[in-house]
Amino acid sequence: MNAAVVPLQRLRPIFSHPLFRALLALVIILILGSFFNAEGSFFRWETHRDMLRHISRYGILACGMTLVIITGGIDLAVGSVLGLVSVLSALLMIHWGWSPLLAVPVCLLVGLSCGAVSGSLVSKFRVQPFIATMAMMVFARGLAKYISGGRKISQGVQQGDTFVYLDFPRFFEVLNARILGENVAVVTLVFLGCALFAGLLLARFRPGRYLYAIGGNEEAARLSGVPVASTKILAYALSGVFAAIAGICQAAQETQGDPEAGGSYELTAIAIVVIGGTNLMGGRGSMALTLVGALTIGYLEKILSLNAVGEAGRLMLTGFIIVAAVLFQRSKR
Amino acid sequence: MTAPLLELKGIGKSFSGQPVLNAVDFSLRAGEIHVLAGENGAGKSTLMRVLCGVYQDYEGELLLNGVKERFKSPQDAARKGISIIHQELSLIPSMTVSDNIFLARETDLRWGWLRFSSERKRCIRILSRLGVKAQAQDRVDTYPIGVQQSIEVAKALAFDARILVMDEPTSALTEPEVDRLFAVMEDLKKDGCGIIYITHKMEEIYRVADRITVLRDGHYIGTADREDLSREQLIHWMVGREVSESARREKPSLGETVLDIRRFTVPDPGGRPRPAVDRVSFSLHAGEIVGLAGLQGSGADVLLNALYGSYGSCTTGELYVEGRAYTPRSPKHALDRGIALLCGDRKREGLVLPMSITHNISLAALARFSPRGLLREDREQRAAEESRSHFGIRVASLDHPVETLSGGNQQKVVLAKCLQTQPRILLLNEPTRGVDVGAKQEIYALLNRWTAQGIAILLISTEMPELLALSDRIIALHRGHMTATFQGSDVSAETVLAASMGGLEKSKS
Repeated sequence: MNAAVVPLQRLRPIFSHPLFRALLALVIILILGSFFNAEGSFFRWETHRDMLRHISRYGILACGMTLVIITGGIDLAVGSVLGLVSVLSALLMIHWGWSPLLAVPVCLLVGLSCGAVSGSLVSKFRVQPFIATMAMMVFARGLAKYISGGRKISQGVQQGDTFVYLDFPRFFEVLNARILGENVAVVTLVFLGCALFAGLLLARFRPGRYLYAIGGNEEAARLSGVPVASTKILAYALSGVFAAIAGICQAAQETQGDPEAGGSYELTAIAIVVIGGTNLMGGRGSMALTLVGALTIGYLEKILSLNAVGEAGRLMLTGFIIVAAVLFQRSKR
Repeated sequence: MTAPLLELKGIGKSFSGQPVLNAVDFSLRAGEIHVLAGENGAGKSTLMRVLCGVYQDYEGELLLNGVKERFKSPQDAARKGISIIHQELSLIPSMTVSDNIFLARETDLRWGWLRFSSERKRCIRILSRLGVKAQAQDRVDTYPIGVQQSIEVAKALAFDARILVMDEPTSALTEPEVDRLFAVMEDLKKDGCGIIYITHKMEEIYRVADRITVLRDGHYIGTADREDLSREQLIHWMVGREVSESARREKPSLGETVLDIRRFTVPDPGGRPRPAVDRVSFSLHAGEIVGLAGLQGSGADVLLNALYGSYGSCTTGELYVEGRAYTPRSPKHALDRGIALLCGDRKREGLVLPMSITHNISLAALARFSPRGLLREDREQRAAEESRSHFGIRVASLDHPVETLSGGNQQKVVLAKCLQTQPRILLLNEPTRGVDVGAKQEIYALLNRWTAQGIAILLISTEMPELLALSDRIIALHRGHMTATFQGSDVSAETVLAASMGGLEKSKS
């Protein structure tokens, strides 16, 4: 009897759907986690809550990275912009005591400008995305060190001979808190908000459709009247804004602005997008895939640290698993 | 009589069951220039690919100096003395002249070391033999395109090619450069080389040819000495097709002028000095189909793209769209003015392949489907459904990526995309390319329907019967110039083809 075969065939489009493949990778990681559960600690809610909190900053970066990668580009500057904004927000709100109502828009504007410059270099001056954003990566890191004087911006300040402690801004406290009975971190909610925004943009708004068209075939998009240059600038500018949001979260979580913060974060963000199944060639992918990718990377790191795998082993294993996940998603396509 | 340099006997070749060459005979003697003529798609390039070892699975046989051969690869053919010079240069611009000439043929090695000095000496010898004014150690891109062409010839000759295939070598050259190339060809003839020369230019055919062979639709039509073949006879051999029954034009009812073109000039998109479209003037009326006849390099496709703003605002001349002055700026600007272009290369310029059929159809008119930026999927869906029935797009689901469709259905999607912009002027570059007979019929009917609604169409088609049957007026272009305008449908394919090859009358040179 082939009665059992028919439903299987009907399910084939589901099996080959990229979201299904991404979820499958996540499930495999979760199964691994339940085997190597570190004496049951993997099953505790706190583990998952902390993982979500930990992955949030990377996830926010990955939201912008998804937009850029769908156009067929890449944004290497997000880690540095995160560092720059973490310093800037600490400076404005801890040292100068600015109200967040003023400080946050300034920070977002700085992130937006960094992204817009990268985007203009890519679309107006036809610099390769890799080069343009690498230049921005180096520049933003330098700027972070310049405005911080190379030091961490924290509550402790030298004033003449005395050492004073400044107030920790209420805004940072809120951002660093957990709500709903200590169950959900505020930064996780920020991440989900960013993901929702990027997801809606991609799926429901005109510029989102243009991003896919440009990544799928830039020449055809241009000849169809798509405003290619401004749409690309928008993608990089939004990536900068997301990096700025992540930078504020970083400062709140670390209770200081570190000019070195965010080093190599861009690579984690790219890994999240790629492991979700969004194609680096552009034109394919979605925010849902990136969300699943963020969970996959988050759980992977969590499981490795729960099992006290040393940093050396963790890095090597992560490298293997990224390749395995990508190859797995490409198979049978 | 000695055996000819090369003999091709009964060559046949088909792609996925579709024959493109049918029992073609061809021969080349030492010391002759043999012109291979035929319309686009006649099978000239395919025949040359067989000769150069690109295709190994063909019918018939190939005799080199009377000995049967079957090349295993292009390298194999090159080793046996066959060289091809492509229309697009295959030089690497950033490398030196001598490195280019010896590229992938660095035979003069000692334990893997390149011996630059001996290569350089050989290079200088070859260049001076051809009279090329180029230094062996200079980068190729420091030279104008004409010199690069000669370097390409030098590359072909560096390894004693006896048979040289030249595919439209003069399309990029200026007059003096052409003269020099022809002088080089004469020298090669004296040295006993055989040259196969492919061209669309009547003047060149009668200037260089010793013999002429004509192909048409993959069939061998005939071979004759130049003296024995009149221009009229040559044209007749090339066309000689029955006018297709399927393309039928209903009596148009012309409206007012929608597009007025005066002294329109477009610089060459590839950066060559000669303009691709040179002072072209004509007008287009509502409900009219004007056909542009032209062979490769005529500038007809450049004209359409320039009108659409694909090249930006580099054009000169005066344009009026519905009475108002118009300067091409960008595709978006053209679409806003009611001008839509069907691109000639649908995979490269027309479709976003990974996107769904629905999204491709709505792409060019997306503003209409997204009031205040918010996409209205229901409207997109409805438009796609309408297009599906209007064009007869055969597909299981409109949500499938467009790359999963057959060529004919893809073409209908591109047409649907153009029409969604609600154009008043449609620029159509090969609307039936790669489309089967049934789909062609449907597209012809659609063209009639649109013109009845007052849309004006500017049409390019390499299929002469199609162009003749559909056009109310035909404008012939040759190397960017308008050479003739034909009214009505009683004009013959021969006349149009002659005009697009630069005219029947002997030119001054």
